[in-house]
Amino acid sequence: MASQEKDFVVFDKIDKSYDGEVLVVKNLNLNIAKGEFVTMLGPSGSGKTTTLMMLAGFETPTNGEIYLEGKPISKIPPYEREIGMVFQNYALFPHMTVQENLSFPLEVRKLSKTEVQDKVKKALDMVELGNFGTRFPAQLSGGQQQRVALSRALVFEPRLVLMDEPLGALDKNLREQMQYEIKHIHERIGITVVYVTHDQSEALTMSNRIAVFDEGVIQQLSTPDILYEKPENSFVAQFIGENNRMTGTVSEINGDFCSVDLDGGGSVKALKVKVDSVGDKTQLSVRPERVTINTQETSDENNFKGDIKELIYLGDHIRARVEVCGNDEFIVKIPNEGNIALKEGSTIGLTWQAEDIRALDAN
Amino acid sequence: MEVNISTADQILTTDGIPLKVSLRKTERRNKIRAFLLVFPLLLFIIVTFIVPIGDMLLRSVDDSQINEVYGKTFEEYKKWDKEKDQLPPEAVYRALFEDIGYGDKLKIGRAITRMNYSKSGWKSLIKKTRRQINKIVKSGELPTSYKDTLIEINKGWADPTFWYSMSQMLAETTPIYYWNAIDRTYDQDSKVIMQSEERRIYVATWIKTFKVSVYVTFYCLVLGFPVAHLLANLPLRYSNLLMIFVLLPFWTSLLVRTTAWIVMLQQNGVINGVLVWLGILSDDGRIQMVYNMTGTIIAMTQILLPFMILPLYSVMKVIPKSHMRAAQNLGAKPVRAFMRVYLPQTIPGMSAGGLLVFVLAIGYFITPELVGGKDGQLIGHWIAHHLKTTINWGLCSALGAILLGIMLVLYWLYNKIVGIDNIKLG
Repeated sequence: MASQEKDFVVFDKIDKSYDGEVLVVKNLNLNIAKGEFVTMLGPSGSGKTTTLMMLAGFETPTNGEIYLEGKPISKIPPYEREIGMVFQNYALFPHMTVQENLSFPLEVRKLSKTEVQDKVKKALDMVELGNFGTRFPAQLSGGQQQRVALSRALVFEPRLVLMDEPLGALDKNLREQMQYEIKHIHERIGITVVYVTHDQSEALTMSNRIAVFDEGVIQQLSTPDILYEKPENSFVAQFIGENNRMTGTVSEINGDFCSVDLDGGGSVKALKVKVDSVGDKTQLSVRPERVTINTQETSDENNFKGDIKELIYLGDHIRARVEVCGNDEFIVKIPNEGNIALKEGSTIGLTWQAEDIRALDAN
Repeated sequence: MEVNISTADQILTTDGIPLKVSLRKTERRNKIRAFLLVFPLLLFIIVTFIVPIGDMLLRSVDDSQINEVYGKTFEEYKKWDKEKDQLPPEAVYRALFEDIGYGDKLKIGRAITRMNYSKSGWKSLIKKTRRQINKIVKSGELPTSYKDTLIEINKGWADPTFWYSMSQMLAETTPIYYWNAIDRTYDQDSKVIMQSEERRIYVATWIKTFKVSVYVTFYCLVLGFPVAHLLANLPLRYSNLLMIFVLLPFWTSLLVRTTAWIVMLQQNGVINGVLVWLGILSDDGRIQMVYNMTGTIIAMTQILLPFMILPLYSVMKVIPKSHMRAAQNLGAKPVRAFMRVYLPQTIPGMSAGGLLVFVLAIGYFITPELVGGKDGQLIGHWIAHHLKTTINWGLCSALGAILLGIMLVLYWLYNKIVGIDNIKLG
């Protein structure tokens, strides 16, 4: 069935509350296709982990139903859901060797001894830990433990795999390496993955689609590029990637564009995304790399003067903190082309395309 | 080209002092300071722990006291050829007369007690003899034949069995207290035999002590495990309250708690009263729950429970909750997840608590003394008995040393099986 391929996992009007007073998850609707890598991204307390736990069966939805392969699963206990999971701190069993950890789910399923051995070996080889079977988790490095946890979640061939901030405890280099490893394993075996993280670069690296959570609501569900290029509200713009924001009031609406009078003085022509009418307060969002420095005013709109407050040399580019229209947190990324002669304290001209600055909700 | 390579033991610092010397110098100060910090405790432990235990161990085998009193007698005794003569020669009798007649009164008195352990009858024999010898010594008319005089004083001196039993007293050390502690003694040929029927009390008491300790440990584990689990998993404000309930007994006097149990358990006590009131028991069918083994086990379990709960709690506290979840996620039903994943991780706590409770229980005194009655007395009772009533310190020490030995064996076993580094005591 095509619809089952597309709607492999369905969250249908899910509400979740722990105390009957605050909703941790509000009216969550989310469809995940088979083989997809979906990341739930959001700050802590945004409801993403709760959502994952409901899918795993450790929390019950207060309202709504979750469907897996078209069947409601709210009443199925976690041990019958056939969903693999990688926990935040791996949750490897410290009193068992790596092999015993991996054979645990297989023995529970009463597989024959040779089958167990076979599958454990394959799973360990997959994460390149073939020689570590007899070690205890405490004898492994963080990255190795991570890989054992991953292979344990996959060894019993679950219907989908959940990952709850699995890379949170690793250092930066290892984290990046593991991101690729997980991504490649996903591509190779084509399993459906639901991934939870608060690290946006992790989400951008690995995911097919990202659901950005805040205050129990999915703010935007989209592919990484669209999420970055076309954030639909100011939370997403702020949360994903670097963002320059300015606040102002809509003074004129003209088709897809609008003019905004900035609070710090001056007027901007921006893409109309989440404003309704003239007089609305709005927050403008423009990515640092979309701002260019111009020596003479070329176009007739969105020309500003800024004072350079700080310059940071980063090799391939230079980061400049500029005060523009009363906002001294305005960041510009200047590509290093070898001939930049900027000084702190000097005034420069800045410009950007009207399509690149988005008028979002005032928040 | 020649290269100077400094040998390993001659690495020099920048100032030319050998590195090792320099290092030792800088570390000496720290070492001295560390030692001075530890010194008071070290002294305290030596004075209050190592010395008394050493003294106890010595006392449990010490037999020098008797040698002091009968030094001359024993010297002559050793020359006696038992094959040739049935009774010792005159010289032995003479030495004995002199040892008793001119010896320190107090020391002789103490030695009598010891002699009586080897053969009952020594006490009265020496006492009677001493009175007569004192008279003779006072009168100044020393006998011509000491042997005849002594036999005349008391026929016991013609009884070879007394003389044979003396052979056990010759050495400066003796294992007799240990044999006594397991209901054995020497016969006249210095062979180890069972005590007479009515004097066999220790083996039965040892077995009972073991049994009670095992029961108490088991019940503590069974009762303590769920409590510890709850403590480790409840939200903080509830677990704090529960912890107070667990610790409350610690803040109450042991004596108060024990007497409270008497009030609860006795035949006219609270529990029997309630059961009769509910009609479960008839008025003359009240259960005897105290002044017997049952009472001892109940009271000791309650008193020792915190010693099981706290180590268990400290172990359970650090088992991540995600482990049970992970096990279930991997397909194990809750019971199986518990047995395979949770329970094995609590072994350090169970064994630490078990060891603690068992060791405490095996030497318990006050509680069994108060609620145990005749039936529920443990080995501690006999140690106290010999300490206070019979002043048989040798036997006391032997019983204590055996307890210490059992404890060390348990400790060794624990280390073998679980590993002492795994111990967690709250």
